[in-house]
Amino acid sequence: MSKLITEDEAVASLDDGMTIGIGGWGSRRKPMSLVRALLRTDLKDLTVVSYGGPDVGLLAAAGKLRRVVYGFVSLDSIALEPHFRLARQSGSIPEVVEWDEGMLQWGLYAAALRLPFLPTRSGLGSDVVKNDPTLKTVASPYADGEELLAVPALNLDAAFVHLNRADERGNAQFLGPDLYFDDLFLGAAAESGRRFLSCEKVVPTAELLENGTFHTMKINRSMVDGVIEAPNGAHFTNCQPDYERDEAFQKEYAKAAGDPEAWQAFVDTYLSGSEADYQKAVASR
Amino acid sequence: MSTSDVTLGEICVAAVADTFRGDGEIFASGMGNIPSLGARLARATFEPDLLVSDGEAFFVANDLPLGGTDKEIEGWVPFRTVFDTLWGGRRHVVMGASQIDAYGNQNIANIGPWDKPKAQLLGVRGAPGNTINHTTSYFIGNHTSRCFVEKVDTVSGIGYDRAAELGDWVKAHHEIRRVVTNLAVLDFDTPDHRMRLASVHPGVSVDDVVAATGFELVIPDDVPTTRPPTDEELTVLREVLDPKSFRDRELPAPA
Repeated sequence: MSKLITEDEAVASLDDGMTIGIGGWGSRRKPMSLVRALLRTDLKDLTVVSYGGPDVGLLAAAGKLRRVVYGFVSLDSIALEPHFRLARQSGSIPEVVEWDEGMLQWGLYAAALRLPFLPTRSGLGSDVVKNDPTLKTVASPYADGEELLAVPALNLDAAFVHLNRADERGNAQFLGPDLYFDDLFLGAAAESGRRFLSCEKVVPTAELLENGTFHTMKINRSMVDGVIEAPNGAHFTNCQPDYERDEAFQKEYAKAAGDPEAWQAFVDTYLSGSEADYQKAVASR
Repeated sequence: MSTSDVTLGEICVAAVADTFRGDGEIFASGMGNIPSLGARLARATFEPDLLVSDGEAFFVANDLPLGGTDKEIEGWVPFRTVFDTLWGGRRHVVMGASQIDAYGNQNIANIGPWDKPKAQLLGVRGAPGNTINHTTSYFIGNHTSRCFVEKVDTVSGIGYDRAAELGDWVKAHHEIRRVVTNLAVLDFDTPDHRMRLASVHPGVSVDDVVAATGFELVIPDDVPTTRPPTDEELTVLREVLDPKSFRDRELPAPA
Protein backbone atom coordinates (compact mmCIF):
# COMPACT_ATOMS: atom_id res chain seq x y z
CA MET A 1 0.00 0.00 0.00
CA SER A 2 1.41 3.33 -1.02
CA LYS A 3 1.97 5.94 1.71
CA LEU A 4 2.84 8.71 -0.71
CA ILE A 5 1.53 12.11 0.39
CA THR A 6 2.59 15.75 0.10
CA GLU A 7 4.21 17.97 2.71
CA ASP A 8 1.01 19.98 3.01
CA GLU A 9 -1.04 16.83 3.62
CA ALA A 10 1.43 15.79 6.31
CA VAL A 11 1.28 19.05 8.27
CA ALA A 12 -2.52 19.21 7.86
CA SER A 13 -2.72 16.29 10.30
CA LEU A 14 -1.10 18.33 13.09
CA ASP A 15 -2.80 20.39 15.78
CA ASP A 16 -1.78 23.40 17.85
CA GLY A 17 0.34 22.53 20.86
CA MET A 18 1.71 19.25 19.48
CA THR A 19 5.24 17.94 20.09
CA ILE A 20 7.18 17.41 16.86
CA GLY A 21 10.53 15.63 16.64
CA ILE A 22 12.75 16.72 13.76
CA GLY A 23 15.59 14.47 12.56
CA GLY A 24 18.97 15.35 11.11
CA TRP A 25 21.75 17.13 13.00
CA GLY A 26 22.53 20.85 13.03
CA SER A 27 22.58 21.92 9.40
CA ARG A 28 22.78 18.36 8.10
CA ARG A 29 20.03 16.36 6.32
CA LYS A 30 17.15 18.28 7.86
CA PRO A 31 13.59 17.67 6.56
CA MET A 32 13.42 21.30 5.47
CA SER A 33 10.56 20.96 2.98
CA LEU A 34 8.39 19.69 5.84
CA VAL A 35 9.57 22.56 8.04
CA ARG A 36 8.72 25.01 5.26
CA ALA A 37 5.27 23.38 5.01
CA LEU A 38 4.84 24.00 8.76
CA LEU A 39 5.64 27.67 8.15
CA ARG A 40 2.74 27.85 5.67
CA THR A 41 0.21 26.71 8.31
CA ASP A 42 -1.50 28.58 11.12
CA LEU A 43 -0.22 26.04 13.64
CA LYS A 44 1.06 27.54 16.88
CA ASP A 45 2.32 26.72 20.38
CA LEU A 46 4.38 23.82 19.07
CA THR A 47 7.03 21.93 20.99
CA VAL A 48 10.01 20.94 18.87
CA VAL A 49 12.55 18.26 19.85
CA SER A 50 15.70 18.48 17.75
CA TYR A 51 19.44 18.33 17.37
CA GLY A 52 18.67 21.79 16.14
CA GLY A 53 19.66 23.74 13.08
CA PRO A 54 17.68 26.03 10.77
CA ASP A 55 14.55 23.98 11.53
CA VAL A 56 14.48 25.45 15.03
CA GLY A 57 15.63 28.86 13.76
CA LEU A 58 12.88 29.19 11.15
CA LEU A 59 10.13 28.02 13.49
CA ALA A 60 11.37 30.39 16.20
CA ALA A 61 11.47 33.30 13.74
CA ALA A 62 7.89 32.51 12.69
CA GLY A 63 6.74 32.54 16.32
CA LYS A 64 5.50 28.95 16.18
CA LEU A 65 7.30 27.63 19.23
CA ARG A 66 6.00 27.43 22.74
CA ARG A 67 8.71 25.04 23.83
CA VAL A 68 11.93 23.68 22.42
CA VAL A 69 13.91 20.67 23.63
CA TYR A 70 17.42 20.46 22.20
CA GLY A 71 20.99 19.30 22.60
CA PHE A 72 22.20 22.33 20.64
CA VAL A 73 21.03 24.66 17.88
CA SER A 74 23.77 25.30 15.32
CA LEU A 75 24.36 25.78 11.60
CA ASP A 76 27.69 23.84 11.83
CA SER A 77 29.78 26.09 9.59
CA ILE A 78 28.12 29.03 11.40
CA ALA A 79 28.38 28.02 15.05
CA LEU A 80 25.35 29.91 16.37
CA GLU A 81 21.89 29.72 14.77
CA PRO A 82 21.05 33.44 14.44
CA HIS A 83 17.27 33.28 14.86
CA PHE A 84 17.54 30.95 17.81
CA ARG A 85 20.15 33.20 19.39
CA LEU A 86 17.84 36.21 19.04
CA ALA A 87 14.88 34.25 20.37
CA ARG A 88 16.85 33.18 23.44
CA GLN A 89 18.17 36.67 24.10
CA SER A 90 14.73 38.26 23.77
CA GLY A 91 13.06 35.45 25.72
CA SER A 92 10.50 34.93 22.96
CA ILE A 93 10.26 31.13 23.38
CA PRO A 94 8.27 30.60 26.60
CA GLU A 95 9.86 27.28 27.56
CA VAL A 96 13.40 26.18 26.79
CA VAL A 97 14.77 22.75 27.69
CA GLU A 98 18.50 22.47 27.10
CA TRP A 99 19.87 18.97 27.61
CA ASP A 100 23.20 17.28 27.07
CA GLU A 101 23.36 15.82 23.54
CA GLY A 102 23.44 12.27 24.87
CA MET A 103 20.46 12.89 27.14
CA LEU A 104 18.39 13.79 24.09
CA GLN A 105 19.26 10.46 22.48
CA TRP A 106 18.33 8.69 25.71
CA GLY A 107 14.95 10.46 25.92
CA LEU A 108 14.10 9.49 22.35
CA TYR A 109 15.31 5.93 22.89
CA ALA A 110 13.24 5.60 26.07
CA ALA A 111 10.17 6.73 24.14
CA ALA A 112 10.95 4.33 21.28
CA LEU A 113 11.25 1.46 23.76
CA ARG A 114 8.05 2.56 25.56
CA LEU A 115 9.97 3.03 28.81
CA PRO A 116 9.26 5.92 31.21
CA PHE A 117 12.95 6.84 31.44
CA LEU A 118 16.49 5.62 30.88
CA PRO A 119 19.27 6.14 33.41
CA THR A 120 22.56 7.88 32.72
CA ARG A 121 25.28 9.85 34.45
CA SER A 122 25.37 12.47 31.69
CA GLY A 123 23.95 15.75 32.96
CA LEU A 124 24.52 15.10 36.69
CA GLY A 125 26.38 17.91 38.41
CA SER A 126 25.84 20.30 35.51
CA ASP A 127 23.35 23.17 35.34
CA VAL A 128 21.20 21.06 33.00
CA VAL A 129 19.53 19.65 36.12
CA LYS A 130 19.16 23.11 37.63
CA ASN A 131 17.66 24.65 34.49
CA ASP A 132 15.22 21.79 33.94
CA PRO A 133 13.72 21.20 37.38
CA THR A 134 11.43 18.45 36.01
CA LEU A 135 14.45 16.11 35.84
CA LYS A 136 14.67 13.52 38.59
CA THR A 137 17.28 11.02 39.69
CA VAL A 138 16.88 7.31 40.40
CA ALA A 139 18.92 5.07 42.70
CA SER A 140 20.39 1.89 41.28
CA PRO A 141 18.50 -1.00 42.92
CA TYR A 142 21.69 -3.06 42.98
CA ALA A 143 24.51 -3.17 45.52
CA ASP A 144 26.22 -0.06 44.15
CA GLY A 145 23.18 2.10 44.95
CA GLU A 146 24.48 4.80 42.64
CA GLU A 147 22.24 7.79 42.04
CA LEU A 148 21.66 8.28 38.32
CA LEU A 149 19.81 10.79 36.20
CA ALA A 150 16.47 9.40 34.95
CA VAL A 151 16.06 10.92 31.49
CA PRO A 152 12.31 10.99 30.81
CA ALA A 153 10.91 9.57 27.58
CA LEU A 154 10.47 12.19 24.86
CA ASN A 155 7.15 10.98 23.48
CA LEU A 156 6.34 12.69 20.19
CA ASP A 157 3.04 13.58 18.50
CA ALA A 158 4.80 13.63 15.13
CA ALA A 159 8.21 13.00 13.60
CA PHE A 160 9.81 14.51 10.48
CA VAL A 161 12.92 12.98 8.90
CA HIS A 162 14.59 13.31 5.50
CA LEU A 163 16.38 10.35 3.91
CA ASN A 164 18.11 9.84 0.57
CA ARG A 165 15.87 7.14 -0.92
CA ALA A 166 12.63 5.41 0.00
CA ASP A 167 10.03 3.22 -1.60
CA GLU A 168 6.41 4.31 -1.55
CA ARG A 169 5.64 2.08 1.45
CA GLY A 170 8.26 3.75 3.66
CA ASN A 171 11.28 1.48 3.48
CA ALA A 172 14.05 4.04 3.47
CA GLN A 173 17.76 4.39 3.02
CA PHE A 174 20.47 6.80 4.16
CA LEU A 175 23.45 7.04 1.82
CA GLY A 176 25.52 9.58 3.75
CA PRO A 177 27.99 9.05 6.58
CA ASP A 178 25.51 9.13 9.45
CA LEU A 179 21.87 8.18 10.10
CA TYR A 180 22.06 10.56 13.08
CA PHE A 181 19.11 9.65 15.33
CA ASP A 182 16.39 9.56 12.67
CA ASP A 183 15.31 6.01 13.58
CA LEU A 184 14.83 7.08 17.21
CA PHE A 185 12.74 10.11 16.21
CA LEU A 186 10.46 7.77 14.24
CA GLY A 187 10.42 5.32 17.15
CA ALA A 188 9.54 8.03 19.66
CA ALA A 189 6.46 8.86 17.57
CA ALA A 190 5.42 5.23 17.12
CA GLU A 191 1.89 5.62 18.49
CA SER A 192 1.19 8.94 16.75
CA GLY A 193 0.28 7.91 13.22
CA ARG A 194 2.24 10.99 12.11
CA ARG A 195 5.69 9.69 11.24
CA PHE A 196 6.56 11.56 8.06
CA LEU A 197 9.58 10.65 5.97
CA SER A 198 10.62 12.83 3.07
CA CYS A 199 13.27 11.64 0.64
CA GLU A 200 15.26 12.85 -2.33
CA LYS A 201 13.77 10.19 -4.56
CA VAL A 202 11.10 7.50 -4.35
CA VAL A 203 12.32 4.32 -6.01
CA PRO A 204 10.98 0.79 -6.51
CA THR A 205 11.84 -1.43 -3.52
CA ALA A 206 14.18 -3.56 -5.60
CA GLU A 207 16.20 -0.49 -6.53
CA LEU A 208 17.19 0.35 -2.94
CA LEU A 209 20.02 -2.16 -2.89
CA GLU A 210 21.40 -0.79 -6.13
CA ASN A 211 22.25 2.45 -4.32
CA GLY A 212 24.06 1.08 -1.29
CA THR A 213 24.58 -1.98 0.88
CA PHE A 214 21.87 -3.41 3.15
CA HIS A 215 23.56 -1.55 6.02
CA THR A 216 22.00 1.65 4.66
CA MET A 217 18.45 0.28 5.06
CA LYS A 218 17.85 1.07 8.73
CA ILE A 219 14.32 2.41 8.28
CA ASN A 220 11.59 -0.13 7.50
CA ARG A 221 8.00 0.59 6.56
CA SER A 222 6.59 -0.24 10.01
CA MET A 223 8.36 2.92 11.21
CA VAL A 224 6.73 5.30 8.72
CA ASP A 225 3.17 6.59 8.17
CA GLY A 226 3.68 8.96 5.25
CA VAL A 227 6.29 9.23 2.47
CA ILE A 228 6.96 12.51 0.69
CA GLU A 229 9.11 12.78 -2.41
CA ALA A 230 11.09 15.98 -1.91
CA PRO A 231 14.00 16.47 -4.29
CA ASN A 232 16.40 19.02 -2.77
CA GLY A 233 14.09 18.82 0.24
CA ALA A 234 16.89 19.21 2.77
CA HIS A 235 18.09 22.46 1.18
CA PHE A 236 19.93 24.50 2.43
CA THR A 237 21.23 21.85 4.81
CA ASN A 238 23.29 19.02 3.33
CA CYS A 239 22.09 15.65 2.10
CA GLN A 240 25.25 13.73 1.36
CA PRO A 241 26.06 12.25 -1.10
CA ASP A 242 23.22 13.82 -3.12
CA TYR A 243 24.39 17.34 -2.31
CA GLU A 244 26.46 19.38 0.12
CA ARG A 245 25.19 22.21 2.27
CA ASP A 246 24.43 25.37 0.25
CA GLU A 247 26.91 27.50 2.18
CA ALA A 248 26.25 30.64 0.14
CA PHE A 249 22.53 30.40 0.81
CA GLN A 250 23.12 29.63 4.49
CA LYS A 251 25.24 32.78 4.73
CA GLU A 252 22.47 34.77 3.07
CA TYR A 253 19.99 33.28 5.55
CA ALA A 254 22.18 34.07 8.57
CA LYS A 255 22.88 37.59 7.38
CA ALA A 256 19.21 38.34 6.80
CA ALA A 257 18.34 36.99 10.23
CA GLY A 258 20.20 39.82 11.90
CA ASP A 259 18.00 42.58 10.49
CA PRO A 260 14.16 42.68 10.52
CA GLU A 261 13.93 44.40 7.13
CA ALA A 262 16.37 42.03 5.47
CA TRP A 263 14.56 39.11 7.03
CA GLN A 264 11.21 40.28 5.66
CA ALA A 265 12.80 40.52 2.21
CA PHE A 266 14.19 36.98 2.63
CA VAL A 267 10.73 35.71 3.62
CA ASP A 268 9.14 37.50 0.66
CA THR A 269 11.66 36.05 -1.76
CA TYR A 270 11.86 32.49 -0.51
CA LEU A 271 9.22 31.61 2.05
CA SER A 272 5.98 33.16 0.86
CA GLY A 273 4.91 30.54 -1.63
CA SER A 274 4.83 26.78 -2.15
CA GLU A 275 7.77 24.38 -1.96
CA ALA A 276 7.96 24.57 -5.75
CA ASP A 277 8.17 28.36 -5.52
CA TYR A 278 10.97 28.02 -2.96
CA GLN A 279 12.95 25.65 -5.16
CA LYS A 280 12.43 27.94 -8.14
CA ALA A 281 13.63 31.00 -6.19
CA VAL A 282 16.67 29.08 -4.96
CA ALA A 283 17.52 27.87 -8.46
CA SER A 284 17.18 31.31 -10.01
CA ARG A 285 19.66 33.03 -7.70
CA MET B 1 63.67 24.05 9.98
CA SER B 2 64.49 25.92 13.11
CA THR B 3 63.01 26.17 16.57
CA SER B 4 63.92 29.84 16.86
CA ASP B 5 60.92 30.94 14.78
CA VAL B 6 58.37 28.80 16.58
CA THR B 7 54.96 30.48 16.68
CA LEU B 8 52.53 30.72 19.57
CA GLY B 9 50.15 28.46 17.66
CA GLU B 10 52.84 25.79 17.42
CA ILE B 11 53.57 25.97 21.14
CA CYS B 12 49.85 25.62 21.85
CA VAL B 13 49.47 22.63 19.50
CA ALA B 14 52.39 20.85 21.17
CA ALA B 15 50.97 21.63 24.61
CA VAL B 16 47.60 20.22 23.58
CA ALA B 17 49.35 17.16 22.13
CA ASP B 18 51.06 16.65 25.51
CA THR B 19 47.67 16.35 27.21
CA PHE B 20 47.18 13.05 25.29
CA ARG B 21 50.52 11.59 26.46
CA GLY B 22 49.99 8.13 27.91
CA ASP B 23 46.37 7.83 26.74
CA GLY B 24 47.00 4.77 24.54
CA GLU B 25 44.27 3.30 22.33
CA ILE B 26 41.43 5.73 22.91
CA PHE B 27 39.58 8.34 20.83
CA ALA B 28 41.57 11.60 20.96
CA SER B 29 39.03 14.27 20.10
CA GLY B 30 39.63 17.98 19.56
CA MET B 31 37.07 20.74 19.09
CA GLY B 32 38.52 23.48 16.87
CA ASN B 33 41.74 23.79 14.91
CA ILE B 34 44.41 23.77 17.62
CA PRO B 35 42.81 20.93 19.63
CA SER B 36 42.37 18.85 16.43
CA LEU B 37 45.98 19.49 15.45
CA GLY B 38 47.12 18.59 18.97
CA ALA B 39 45.38 15.21 18.78
CA ARG B 40 46.76 14.51 15.30
CA LEU B 41 50.27 15.61 16.28
CA ALA B 42 50.28 13.35 19.36
CA ARG B 43 49.17 10.39 17.23
CA ALA B 44 51.72 11.18 14.49
CA THR B 45 54.61 11.30 16.97
CA PHE B 46 54.68 10.00 20.55
CA GLU B 47 51.21 8.44 21.02
CA PRO B 48 50.69 6.26 17.91
CA ASP B 49 47.83 4.14 19.28
CA LEU B 50 45.39 7.07 19.55
CA LEU B 51 42.34 7.10 17.30
CA VAL B 52 41.62 10.41 15.57
CA SER B 53 38.60 11.36 13.52
CA ASP B 54 37.93 13.48 10.47
CA GLY B 55 35.41 15.51 12.46
CA GLU B 56 32.57 13.90 10.54
CA ALA B 57 31.99 10.18 10.97
CA PHE B 58 35.27 8.33 10.41
CA PHE B 59 38.45 7.36 12.20
CA VAL B 60 41.36 8.08 9.88
CA ALA B 61 44.58 6.04 9.96
CA ASN B 62 46.67 8.51 7.95
CA ASP B 63 48.05 11.85 9.11
CA LEU B 64 45.23 13.91 7.65
CA PRO B 65 45.91 17.63 7.18
CA LEU B 66 43.30 20.04 8.57
CA GLY B 67 40.68 20.37 5.87
CA GLY B 68 42.17 17.41 3.99
CA THR B 69 39.96 14.91 2.22
CA ASP B 70 42.41 12.16 1.28
CA LYS B 71 41.40 9.83 4.09
CA GLU B 72 42.55 6.34 4.94
CA ILE B 73 39.45 5.30 6.88
CA GLU B 74 40.03 2.81 9.70
CA GLY B 75 36.64 2.96 11.38
CA TRP B 76 33.08 4.29 11.08
CA VAL B 77 31.98 6.43 14.02
CA PRO B 78 28.60 8.04 13.44
CA PHE B 79 27.42 10.21 16.33
CA ARG B 80 25.71 7.25 18.01
CA THR B 81 29.04 5.41 18.17
CA VAL B 82 30.74 8.55 19.45
CA PHE B 83 28.19 8.68 22.28
CA ASP B 84 28.74 4.97 23.02
CA THR B 85 32.51 5.52 23.05
CA LEU B 86 32.36 8.51 25.34
CA TRP B 87 29.86 6.95 27.76
CA GLY B 88 32.17 3.94 27.79
CA GLY B 89 35.04 6.20 28.79
CA ARG B 90 37.37 5.48 25.86
CA ARG B 91 37.84 9.10 24.87
CA HIS B 92 39.75 12.23 25.87
CA VAL B 93 38.29 15.44 24.50
CA VAL B 94 39.84 18.91 24.30
CA MET B 95 36.99 21.42 24.27
CA GLY B 96 36.84 25.20 24.31
CA ALA B 97 35.45 27.28 27.17
CA SER B 98 33.77 30.67 27.19
CA GLN B 99 34.19 30.69 30.97
CA ILE B 100 36.06 28.44 33.39
CA ASP B 101 36.48 28.57 37.17
CA ALA B 102 39.17 27.47 39.62
CA TYR B 103 37.83 23.90 39.86
CA GLY B 104 37.43 23.46 36.10
CA ASN B 105 33.70 24.10 35.79
CA GLN B 106 33.26 25.18 32.17
CA ASN B 107 30.61 27.22 30.39
CA ILE B 108 29.91 27.14 26.66
CA ALA B 109 26.14 27.61 26.97
CA ASN B 110 25.38 31.29 27.50
CA ILE B 111 26.50 34.51 29.19
CA GLY B 112 24.16 36.10 31.70
CA PRO B 113 21.10 34.53 33.32
CA TRP B 114 20.00 31.27 31.73
CA ASP B 115 16.34 32.30 31.52
CA LYS B 116 17.11 35.30 29.33
CA PRO B 117 20.79 35.30 28.47
CA LYS B 118 22.72 38.38 27.47
CA ALA B 119 24.39 36.16 24.89
CA GLN B 120 23.22 32.72 23.84
CA LEU B 121 26.32 30.69 22.98
CA LEU B 122 26.54 27.05 21.91
CA GLY B 123 24.35 25.54 24.61
CA VAL B 124 25.80 22.84 26.87
CA ARG B 125 26.23 20.49 23.87
CA GLY B 126 28.05 17.34 25.02
CA ALA B 127 30.00 18.96 27.84
CA PRO B 128 28.01 17.49 30.78
CA GLY B 129 28.31 13.95 29.41
CA ASN B 130 31.93 14.32 28.34
CA THR B 131 33.17 15.56 31.69
CA ILE B 132 31.35 12.97 33.78
CA ASN B 133 32.36 10.05 31.57
CA HIS B 134 35.95 10.58 30.50
CA THR B 135 39.05 12.75 30.60
CA THR B 136 38.58 16.31 29.43
CA SER B 137 41.04 19.13 28.75
CA TYR B 138 40.41 22.64 27.53
CA PHE B 139 42.01 24.95 25.00
CA ILE B 140 41.33 28.65 25.48
CA GLY B 141 42.86 30.88 22.82
CA ASN B 142 42.22 34.15 24.66
CA HIS B 143 43.21 33.91 28.33
CA THR B 144 41.46 36.83 30.10
CA SER B 145 39.80 37.54 33.42
CA ARG B 146 36.45 37.57 31.57
CA CYS B 147 36.98 33.92 30.76
CA PHE B 148 38.80 32.77 33.92
CA VAL B 149 36.11 33.72 36.45
CA GLU B 150 35.17 33.02 40.07
CA LYS B 151 31.81 31.59 39.01
CA VAL B 152 30.69 30.56 35.54
CA ASP B 153 27.19 31.56 34.41
CA THR B 154 26.04 28.08 33.32
CA VAL B 155 27.97 24.97 34.32
CA SER B 156 28.21 22.91 31.14
CA GLY B 157 31.28 20.76 31.79
CA ILE B 158 31.58 19.84 35.47
CA GLY B 159 34.62 20.64 37.58
CA TYR B 160 36.24 18.86 40.51
CA ASP B 161 34.09 20.38 43.27
CA ARG B 162 30.86 19.31 41.58
CA ALA B 163 32.22 15.87 40.64
CA ALA B 164 33.21 15.28 44.28
CA GLU B 165 29.58 15.64 45.31
CA LEU B 166 28.43 12.89 42.96
CA GLY B 167 29.76 9.80 44.67
CA ASP B 168 32.60 7.34 44.33
CA TRP B 169 32.15 6.25 40.71
CA VAL B 170 32.25 9.79 39.38
CA LYS B 171 35.15 10.75 41.63
CA ALA B 172 37.12 7.79 40.30
CA HIS B 173 36.45 8.57 36.60
CA HIS B 174 36.26 12.37 36.40
CA GLU B 175 39.43 14.07 35.24
CA ILE B 176 40.03 17.58 33.98
CA ARG B 177 43.58 17.05 32.92
CA ARG B 178 44.86 20.37 31.68
CA VAL B 179 43.90 23.81 30.41
CA VAL B 180 46.07 25.10 27.58
CA THR B 181 45.80 28.82 26.77
CA ASN B 182 47.61 31.41 24.68
CA LEU B 183 49.61 32.30 27.82
CA ALA B 184 50.18 29.15 29.80
CA VAL B 185 49.41 25.57 30.68
CA LEU B 186 47.35 24.97 33.81
CA ASP B 187 46.40 21.78 35.65
CA PHE B 188 44.63 20.63 38.81
CA ASP B 189 47.50 18.74 40.52
CA THR B 190 46.76 20.21 43.94
CA PRO B 191 45.32 18.58 47.08
CA ASP B 192 41.88 20.15 46.57
CA HIS B 193 42.08 20.25 42.75
CA ARG B 194 42.24 24.02 42.53
CA MET B 195 43.69 25.21 39.26
CA ARG B 196 47.47 25.51 39.29
CA LEU B 197 49.85 27.25 36.93
CA ALA B 198 51.86 24.41 35.40
CA SER B 199 53.99 26.38 32.92
CA VAL B 200 54.14 29.73 31.16
CA HIS B 201 54.74 30.03 27.43
CA PRO B 202 58.03 31.58 26.32
CA GLY B 203 57.96 35.35 26.82
CA VAL B 204 55.03 35.23 29.25
CA SER B 205 55.55 36.02 32.95
CA VAL B 206 53.75 34.54 35.93
CA ASP B 207 52.40 38.02 36.62
CA ASP B 208 50.91 38.18 33.11
CA VAL B 209 48.94 35.00 33.81
CA VAL B 210 47.85 36.15 37.27
CA ALA B 211 46.66 39.47 35.82
CA ALA B 212 44.63 37.65 33.16
CA THR B 213 42.97 35.28 35.63
CA GLY B 214 39.89 36.34 37.58
CA PHE B 215 40.44 33.97 40.51
CA GLU B 216 43.35 33.00 42.70
CA LEU B 217 45.59 30.47 41.00
CA VAL B 218 47.85 28.08 42.83
CA ILE B 219 51.36 29.25 41.89
CA PRO B 220 54.22 26.83 42.60
CA ASP B 221 57.56 28.24 43.77
CA ASP B 222 59.14 27.33 40.48
CA VAL B 223 57.07 27.74 37.30
CA PRO B 224 58.77 26.21 34.27
CA THR B 225 58.50 27.45 30.69
CA THR B 226 56.23 25.49 28.34
CA ARG B 227 58.39 23.26 26.15
CA PRO B 228 58.83 24.21 22.49
CA PRO B 229 57.83 21.62 19.88
CA THR B 230 60.64 19.27 18.85
CA ASP B 231 62.11 19.46 15.35
CA GLU B 232 60.21 16.32 14.41
CA GLU B 233 56.95 17.78 15.70
CA LEU B 234 57.50 21.03 13.82
CA THR B 235 58.18 19.17 10.60
CA VAL B 236 55.06 17.03 10.91
CA LEU B 237 52.93 20.00 11.91
CA ARG B 238 54.15 22.41 9.23
CA GLU B 239 54.56 20.04 6.32
CA VAL B 240 51.92 17.37 6.90
CA LEU B 241 49.15 18.26 9.34
CA ASP B 242 48.76 21.99 8.81
CA PRO B 243 50.41 23.22 5.62
CA LYS B 244 47.86 26.08 5.42
CA SER B 245 48.76 27.37 8.93
CA PHE B 246 45.33 27.22 10.54
CA ARG B 247 47.21 26.95 13.85
CA ASP B 248 47.85 30.67 14.17
CA ARG B 249 44.46 31.92 13.00
CA GLU B 250 42.44 31.53 16.17
CA LEU B 251 44.85 33.24 18.52
CA PRO B 252 44.83 36.93 19.42
CA ALA B 253 47.78 38.94 18.16
CA PRO B 254 50.61 39.11 20.74
CA ALA B 255 50.39 42.26 22.89
